[in-house]
Amino acid sequence: MTDLATTTAPTSPRELSAEDRRHAKRPVPTGQRVKSVIKHILLVAAACVMIYPLIWMLVSSLRPGDLIFRTPGLVFDNFTTENYEYGWDALGRPFGTYMINSVIVSAGSILGNVVTCSLAAYAFARLRFTAKNILFAIMLLTIMLPFHVLIVPQYIVFSKLGMLGTFWPLILPKLLATDAFFVFLLVQFIRGLPRELDEAALIDGCGHFRIFFNIIMPLLVPAIATTAIFTFIWTWNDFFGSLLYLSGREELYTVQLGLRAFQDSSGLTNWGAIFAMSVLSLIPIFLAFLFGQRFLIRGIATTGIK
Amino acid sequence: MSALMELKNIKGGKQENTDNKVALVFLAPWIIGLLAITMIPLIASLVLSFTNYRLTSRRTEFLGIENYARMFADDRMWQSIKVTLTYVLVSTPFQLALALGIAVLLNQGMKGLPFYRSVFYLPSLMGSSVAIALLWTRIFGAQGLVSTILAKLGIIESPDYSWMGDTRTALITIMILHVWTFGSPMIIFLAGLRQIPSMYYEAASVDGAGKWIQFWRITMPLLSPIIFFNLILQIIGAFQSFTQAYIVSGGTGGPVDSTLFYSLYIYETGFVNKLEMGYASAMAWFLVVIITIFTAANFYLSKYWVFYDD
Repeated sequence: MTDLATTTAPTSPRELSAEDRRHAKRPVPTGQRVKSVIKHILLVAAACVMIYPLIWMLVSSLRPGDLIFRTPGLVFDNFTTENYEYGWDALGRPFGTYMINSVIVSAGSILGNVVTCSLAAYAFARLRFTAKNILFAIMLLTIMLPFHVLIVPQYIVFSKLGMLGTFWPLILPKLLATDAFFVFLLVQFIRGLPRELDEAALIDGCGHFRIFFNIIMPLLVPAIATTAIFTFIWTWNDFFGSLLYLSGREELYTVQLGLRAFQDSSGLTNWGAIFAMSVLSLIPIFLAFLFGQRFLIRGIATTGIK
Repeated sequence: MSALMELKNIKGGKQENTDNKVALVFLAPWIIGLLAITMIPLIASLVLSFTNYRLTSRRTEFLGIENYARMFADDRMWQSIKVTLTYVLVSTPFQLALALGIAVLLNQGMKGLPFYRSVFYLPSLMGSSVAIALLWTRIFGAQGLVSTILAKLGIIESPDYSWMGDTRTALITIMILHVWTFGSPMIIFLAGLRQIPSMYYEAASVDGAGKWIQFWRITMPLLSPIIFFNLILQIIGAFQSFTQAYIVSGGTGGPVDSTLFYSLYIYETGFVNKLEMGYASAMAWFLVVIITIFTAANFYLSKYWVFYDD
């Protein structure tokens, strides 16, 4: 079972399709076919339940506010974009401000995580240095440390540094490779790369920096993509950090904080507008999922977290 | 497979340290982060937990174990422990069981696997966002989706019933949200199921074992290390839930503290009401103790049901 711990190679597509073909050739008894139909019905039902809330929110955001709860179906009657028009400007600033703020924080976090985590990962995967095992164990333990024990002193330090009400407390930790989860993910990936490559380069007189930038980095692209997409989703969704460090500075609110402000100000009345802005806030996540699904699935399958 | 597995496999022993200087450069950001963002705050919060530190007050006194003693007499703290434990102990097993069940179903050479996988996975990427928490208040709130449908079917009397406003059901709605995000453990289980050699199943069916026996005798033992590590990580994660409870209760943990998650109470104590950061630190450390006990207990119990074939 231990090899599960390190295996990264996904089953090749050819192997799969060969197996499918074998299945297809076998004559299927009627009993089995009935079972298979039942399974599909179960799965379709489950899929509908899972996805219904999301579709409902999308459809509702495109209907007049007063109709949403009277007829909670998925009917597209009285199609309107008024919720979006109203919601966009309902708070002190256009909703786009919050989107841009979230983009800035996400971009900074992605850049930080990708650069610093892959540097650290290279050291752990390829270099020999003092206390490596202990440091590696500490790195793994920090993944499991609950954030609560750190926030009070962190908050105090950021406040003494005059960084409250800026993006720094949200971005700075990422520039220092504190998302140890990604260090671990990248270590796993680098270990899977053939050592002969960098040993050959070493013999040819390449230093570790050239090996890292010219040999490892290009091969690391899939794992870096996983890191970037996960960082994006987690940063975009992060509510606690923004609440802690950006409260009171409305011009710096992230999308999550903007939505929260919405909940406060509209006094639970204009749900059409809240739904509309909620849908807007989820679109980037959906796009990341749509285009990055391959990397996300490989990422969680190989590291087993989240 | 997981960070925990890796941790178990680290071996001691001497090795050459030929790259010290280079390693220092590669590790520089991480080491600075480890010290400045993790280790020093970690020690600082332990020290603070023995004081009455407040960001706004100039005088800080050393209190000894007073904060910890106060905690044991704090009814709201125990309420938050009760809420959090209920949430963790009920919703995590449900979430993992669903993830495992669907993964096993999908793994049986299902047509349309990528489609189902996507549909089940998507919610787990959105589950921690404010948008979904807001949506949840409209699904389970007064005149929300669930009440409206149930009232139309005549199961409840009025669509004005709020599942979130009722102290008996408010927590359950947040648990349902957690179970709804079963997609990511499902992906991990799917990856694990693929590693089980199909000849085991073929041999078993030649010997006349049915699907049910195959599941309990082959799938479960071989998957048990993955289930175990998922259990540990999901429990640690669930203990730290914040956003959903905050949004659903409007930041209060209400109604009547029925959704007062531990994280929420720490936040309220340290950053909202009287900014009692010393006391909040003591509570945070108590959480570390609880999580450690749970993890240790899990490891201890694992020898009865987790199967390692090496």
